[in-house]
Amino acid sequence: MVTVDRTRGYRVFRVVNTIILTAVVVVTLYPFVNIVARSLSDEFAIRAGKVNLVPVGFTFRTYEFVASDPTFWTNYRNTVVYTVVATAIAMVMTTCYAYVLSKKHLKGRTFLIGIAVFTMFFTGGLIPNYILISSLGLKDSIWAIVLPNAISVFNLLVMKAFFEGLPVELEEAAAIDGMNTYGILFRIVLPLSKAVLATMVLFYAVSFWNSWFAAFLYMSQNDLFPVTVYLRNLIAGATTGTSVGADATDMTVATNIKSVTMVLTVIPILVVYPFVQRYFVKGVMLGAVKG
Amino acid sequence: MSTTRAIDASPDTGDPRRARPDPARAQRPPRRTWRQALRRDWQLYSLAILPLLFFVIFRYLPMIGNVIAFRKFQPGGSVLGEEWVGLRYVKMFLNDPSFWQVFTNTVVIGALTLLFCFPTPIVLALLINELRGRKIKRFVQSVSYLPHFLSMVIVAGLVMEMLSVDGPVNQLLRAAGNEPVAFLQEAGWFRTIYVSSEMWQTVGWGTIIYLAALTTIDEQLYEAARIDGASRWRQIWHVTLPGIRPTAMTLLILNIGTFMAVGFEKILLLYNPLTYPTADVISTYLYRMGIVSNSFSYAAAIGLFEAVIGLALVMSANLISRRTVGTSLW
Repeated sequence: MVTVDRTRGYRVFRVVNTIILTAVVVVTLYPFVNIVARSLSDEFAIRAGKVNLVPVGFTFRTYEFVASDPTFWTNYRNTVVYTVVATAIAMVMTTCYAYVLSKKHLKGRTFLIGIAVFTMFFTGGLIPNYILISSLGLKDSIWAIVLPNAISVFNLLVMKAFFEGLPVELEEAAAIDGMNTYGILFRIVLPLSKAVLATMVLFYAVSFWNSWFAAFLYMSQNDLFPVTVYLRNLIAGATTGTSVGADATDMTVATNIKSVTMVLTVIPILVVYPFVQRYFVKGVMLGAVKG
Repeated sequence: MSTTRAIDASPDTGDPRRARPDPARAQRPPRRTWRQALRRDWQLYSLAILPLLFFVIFRYLPMIGNVIAFRKFQPGGSVLGEEWVGLRYVKMFLNDPSFWQVFTNTVVIGALTLLFCFPTPIVLALLINELRGRKIKRFVQSVSYLPHFLSMVIVAGLVMEMLSVDGPVNQLLRAAGNEPVAFLQEAGWFRTIYVSSEMWQTVGWGTIIYLAALTTIDEQLYEAARIDGASRWRQIWHVTLPGIRPTAMTLLILNIGTFMAVGFEKILLLYNPLTYPTADVISTYLYRMGIVSNSFSYAAAIGLFEAVIGLALVMSANLISRRTVGTSLW
């Protein structure tokens, strides 16, 4: 090892490698810094193409403006409510089914697994789903977002793999002591599974926090939208020019508002991210190759 | 090594090591009848009821709902359509030039995504693996995972701001004395924008699995290669790459399987009528046909076609992979 490390070629490689990885980091972070700079800048400076990484004409006015829009806060609250409810339901459903699937002695287990796994490779598609949700009367309700996404098969398989790795002796001992299946699941298995449960909560919470299409598709009232749909309407309005006001001032305010709304939407993720990131990585490792 | 143990514990991963006999399976109790199984395990089965209802209602009913591809459907009428029309809608889209346009776009965008977004995580993982300091390594990883956690709406918003007429890219063009370009209004730029933003968002997250696979390669193999006088490059070629090949193959199968399902959400957010000639794909086309224009049966026929091709692609990729390199998903 030592001799190879000291060769000239390897030293050159390490310099090149450092440059490439620095570039990766810079390119990844650049859009975030740009958006923050825009959100704090004067609208005319943005329009003139002067704002890059540093705010020009520093102002908090746009933040005040966005914060004064009650729809923004209603939609933000909706996102929180949808995320909490959907994550809770998804966790119950996924945990129950994963536990059942982890029991190797269970008759019909292969069939139960097959039912879930097949849906990873073949789905009904957009139109039949739309007709289903409409005819179940779920449109314009939280259930249109929650119920169709109650189990992610990827998460299900991650949990199943985790449960299968738990020592069977504990469960057997509890069964001999007369504890029933529900008791074993809640008092023996789940306390041992805190790590995987935390990871799953994060997986679900992030996916519900970020989701927009289901709400966009099934909801038609402004006060039901999650904040992602609020943002998408701002963005779409600005690009097609339909909702932008006639005079130049309105247009620049619209650009500004977009940036501020994006910053405010992304902040919770950025704040929590450094602390929870390793759980995600763990979750992927557990699920491993099992895309 | 704890992570590899977890991988092995799952009986149907694409891991070749699964061929090893499973001890739990060897001591499986004798077959029971359904009556015995239900009496013994009814509590377990009861836990499966709600999840099964979920799968039946929200996954399998829509599959059955696809019969409207062969039946005339009227909004407000029967959910399963009014009358059989045979292959009318299938013939309709096969004769629709717009369909072939979006089909081509789908294949091109899918192929470009596969070409650029499948190998880059491998390269990035190898580069990160060569970093020495633990802290710097972790920092690079954390930063590169970040875009994975963003909503597609945010990603689309960032793309728009970066490429807007007053954004950083056009500032650079202007500084170099060029005219600004309205990137998102030009069909010629769409694929480049799509693929590069896809890379920006997925490359870091894609490295996780490879970095995990790299840690499982036996250090003795490297030692043996060094004793044989292998250079750093040869070690990578003969030890590292074969070590991550099963992982790469499995991911390749999965990527090929999702080949046709190119990022519907992102395209929907980024395209506009000016870029339809290159940006419009099967999923966005059927969205506009079905949801926007209410031609449900026509859109369902296209959707079913897409889903069947998707399934066929996974199955054939899986078969080829099993025959040639001995790795498969099932």
